[in-house]
Amino acid sequence: MSRVILEVERVTKAFGGLLAVNDVSFQMHEGEILGLIGPNGAGKTTLFNLINGVYKPTKGHIRFRGEDITGLPPYEVVKKGLARTHQIVRPLNEMTVLENVVVGACFGADNLGLEPAARVAEEVLEFVGLADFHETLAGKLNLAQKKRLEVARALAAQPKLLLLDEVLAGLNPAEVERMLGVIRKIREQGISILMIEHIMQAIMSLSDRIVVLNFGQKLAEGTPEEVASDPRVIEAYLGDPEMAKKILEEEA
Amino acid sequence: MKLLSRPFFWLIVAVTLLYALLPYLGGNITLRETLVLSAIYIILAANLNLMIGYTGYVNFGSIVFFGLGGYLTLWLIASHHWGLYPAVLFAGLVTSLLAFLLGFGVLRLRGAYFALATIGINEAVKDFVANFEPWGGAEGIFLPFTAFKAMGGPAKALWTVYLLIVLVMGLSLLLTYLVKRSKFGLGLFAIREDEDAAMVLGVKTPLYKTLAYSLSAFLPAVAGGLYFFKNGSVIPDEAFNLHLSIEAIVMVMLGGQGTVTGSAVGAFLYERLRGLLLTLPGLSNFHLVIAGALLLLIILFAPGGLMGWLYRVWPRLRRVLE
Repeated sequence: MSRVILEVERVTKAFGGLLAVNDVSFQMHEGEILGLIGPNGAGKTTLFNLINGVYKPTKGHIRFRGEDITGLPPYEVVKKGLARTHQIVRPLNEMTVLENVVVGACFGADNLGLEPAARVAEEVLEFVGLADFHETLAGKLNLAQKKRLEVARALAAQPKLLLLDEVLAGLNPAEVERMLGVIRKIREQGISILMIEHIMQAIMSLSDRIVVLNFGQKLAEGTPEEVASDPRVIEAYLGDPEMAKKILEEEA
Repeated sequence: MKLLSRPFFWLIVAVTLLYALLPYLGGNITLRETLVLSAIYIILAANLNLMIGYTGYVNFGSIVFFGLGGYLTLWLIASHHWGLYPAVLFAGLVTSLLAFLLGFGVLRLRGAYFALATIGINEAVKDFVANFEPWGGAEGIFLPFTAFKAMGGPAKALWTVYLLIVLVMGLSLLLTYLVKRSKFGLGLFAIREDEDAAMVLGVKTPLYKTLAYSLSAFLPAVAGGLYFFKNGSVIPDEAFNLHLSIEAIVMVMLGGQGTVTGSAVGAFLYERLRGLLLTLPGLSNFHLVIAGALLLLIILFAPGGLMGWLYRVWPRLRRVLE
């Protein structure tokens, strides 16, 4: 097994009395695609926010490539080589697509100057299929393009680990296929990926392993097959243990 | 960036030279007095643009930098017998440093809360100065006549100060141009568009915002020093005049926030308009009503200001007129 790239150790985040993430631990290995699934409100995005420093954990530790990054602000985390996309896209609307990606390259892991950053940005835009939109204002893109812009900006930061928060949500089947192609190409470059996704077919086919969250806690962890046949997981999604049992029996 | 090969750089140089030479060559004092106000407005608007246009933080109290610069300069000259040059530089640096320290606190606020806090800062400083005896309290500071003597007499001193103010105007435009074309500027623009996203993309937002705030204080403070030196006196109501602060916002919005050309053109046009209204009988102070209405109209119908409109009509202009 290759080296551990990310280690989440007993992480808890409380908002007042609500435990959004409760004592969650897992590890990720270099080159791996790890899927993070769970019903709405399970704490998936909160976990992303804890990993990349938007929130500070109430308890627990996060280690990235052996270094404790718990509580570092997001702009320090991205410089360590850990970039992310947002579930609800956040383009810098009044700036061009190219400028958006140059921001990612300039302030990412390599801390590039404007000119080398522009070269990286052009490559990355080509890579995600936005090469024809350099001068378009980011606010004018459609949703599928904005999702690809999110990925491009994160990639421009030259990450070792990429957190993808529902990059497939809201896309039509053709766009989903296209994005899946981009994700596979990213993996081929040796970048590890931690992704949240609701489209089960996609995440089952892409992920090496899957972690399931429910009510802020880790419910299950394993290969896609193991997780899909876990009654607790089916119950979490369908809410009825009897129903879960029946479905499993029918499948068998 | 190769500055000397940029047409826009030469445009800034040309405008600055025009301001300097037009009244100087003919010895036209009336023209000088008109242009000095216009130059001051351009300085205020250009530097305010760093906050409003680049960073997206509406500073309602930017005039506090101008006032502090004026007070520090006159105090150093009148009470400590400094020369004008070291005095304005020192005033600029101290004001900028104060802004830096203050910035870390006040820039934690966003939107309307930040705007309110900046008004509070200006009013608090004004009240403090009005009750601060070493700075003359409500009576302010008067320059002794000897201050002008050191510069070859009042007439010559006024010309020198005029040229210095024009120089500061040129530097303000150059500074905002350089910032716009720099990595630092790119970070500021990212903050303007979405501060949280900028942070996730790696922009050190607390430091960047504070640097922008501090930078936007330096040249206005120097200009304040020069302006009140030229006046020969400074009093709290004139130094920390909130009206002028709000008018500076109108100038930036009128010309087009986020553009160097826009802040300059907006300031120039506003000065012309104001001059026109002030000389019409029975309309003294009516310019503030116009300013308010103008601001409202711009925000409602042309949030990009004059430059925003021009860019829409000629998109290629974006590359030429920054």
